[in-house]
Amino acid sequence: MIRIKRAFAIALLSLSASASWAADGEAMLSSQCASCHNLTGPAPATLQALRERKGPDLFYAGNKYKAQWMVQWLQKPQRIRPAGMFYVNHVKDGAEGDAIDDGGLTAHPALAAAAAQAVTDALMQRKARDDLIRAGAYTPGTLSKSMGEMLFDKFRGCLACHEIEPGYGGLSGPEVYTAAARLQEDYIVSYLRDPQAWDPKIFMPNRHLSDSDLQKFVHYFRALGQEVKP
Amino acid sequence: MNHEIIIALLAAAAILAAPASGKESAEDNYTAYCTQCHGIHGDGKGINARDMSVQPRDHTDATAMSARSDADIFKAIKEGGVPINKSVLMPPWGDVLTDEEIHDLVRYLRKLCQCDHGN
Ligand code: HEC
Ligand code: HEC
Ligand code: HEC
Repeated sequence: MIRIKRAFAIALLSLSASASWAADGEAMLSSQCASCHNLTGPAPATLQALRERKGPDLFYAGNKYKAQWMVQWLQKPQRIRPAGMFYVNHVKDGAEGDAIDDGGLTAHPALAAAAAQAVTDALMQRKARDDLIRAGAYTPGTLSKSMGEMLFDKFRGCLACHEIEPGYGGLSGPEVYTAAARLQEDYIVSYLRDPQAWDPKIFMPNRHLSDSDLQKFVHYFRALGQEVKP
Repeated sequence: MNHEIIIALLAAAAILAAPASGKESAEDNYTAYCTQCHGIHGDGKGINARDMSVQPRDHTDATAMSARSDADIFKAIKEGGVPINKSVLMPPWGDVLTDEEIHDLVRYLRKLCQCDHGN
């Protein structure tokens, strides 16, 4: 009986500890993050709103990101989108055509470990758009890197907008060699199926990918991630 | 004013204000969706062009652009390059743009190349 009581007390303690973490996290989110990140939704519905968006929408963060990655990244943020949130705001004339204006791309605020954990806890509670997520949509499997690259480049044209290694690929979208470390697999499946369901004005096309393609792309991102450590 | 009229007016105002139903201009759509590959000047030199195995069409090239009918251009924008025997690197935009917006884009491209089909 004593043992049960003690276990109960510990459980209660850790529960209230994580609850107060999250409460600290909430306070930090509204004071330090809300100026750039949408924490309540909805996603931009016009190009004007898309242009003005300063950071990725975080109101469905709990359905999108891997918590373990987020805690690390927030302490040591590194650029994910080579041309920023909306490349149009960061393009200039270059010697051989358009070039990225790095001057406009600022470093992300970095957090101490405890703060990173607290905001991550608070963000992971945001589970908007549950309607778009099917748990277990991704079935783990493998695909060779060369097959994956064929699909990503030659057959579906994704390489035009995404880098598959630092310095190789398109620049308007986020790098995909860290996608598997950053994103939940079931989210990737859902996003690839219909990017506009998540983000109606986003400049990634819907290619009406088959279920088999959706799985293969996630296999491929996982294979890429094993090679290039974020 | 009676209540029903007020409600009807409010509903009408809400519909007018609803942004999602708003049509975007061809220029804004071109800037947001096309210049990443076709370039801010429409010359095919967008930021994504560097590593692309087939280069984006130069939309200011009157010779190349006059070789295409408006119907083919419409199809390329809506369904992508493959249905008109062009590269898969030209994506389909039918899930982002309405048919009306695509028709506006065809007219916009005709202004960029200062050409029509056949001349
Ligand atoms: C000045 C604007 C700004 C502020 C303030 C800001 N962020 Fe960000 N945040 C960004 C931008 C821009 C990105 C995209 C970075 C990239 O792509 O390289 C980003 C990316 C992120 C990401 C990664 C998500 C993704 O998909 O790339 C997380 C998580 C995040 N921010 C959390 C936070 C938290 C938590 C705070 C508050 C402590 C915060 N941010 C404050 C602008 C901001
Ligand atoms: C025309 C450019 C373009 C093409 C082509 C394209 N994407 Fe994207 N992709 C984007 C943009 C823009 C985003 C969203 C960026 C954001 O949320 O800030 C995105 C997001 C993604 C994401 C989520 C990444 C993240 O970090 O949130 C994945 C995964 C992805 N794309 C894979 C693909 C695959 C697979 C294909 C080919 C079937 C493809 N993309 C084709 C532009 C493109
Ligand atoms: C991911 C890069 C990419 C994006 C984004 C893109 N295009 Fe293209 N586009 C291409 C490529 C590459 C070609 C050339 C295909 C070929 O020559 O086989 C092309 C060709 C075309 C053609 C066919 C020209 C011809 O040869 O007849 C038209 C029309 C066109 N694009 C219009 C657009 C419009 C309008 C948009 C925006 C709604 C757009 N493109 C967005 C890459 C892109």
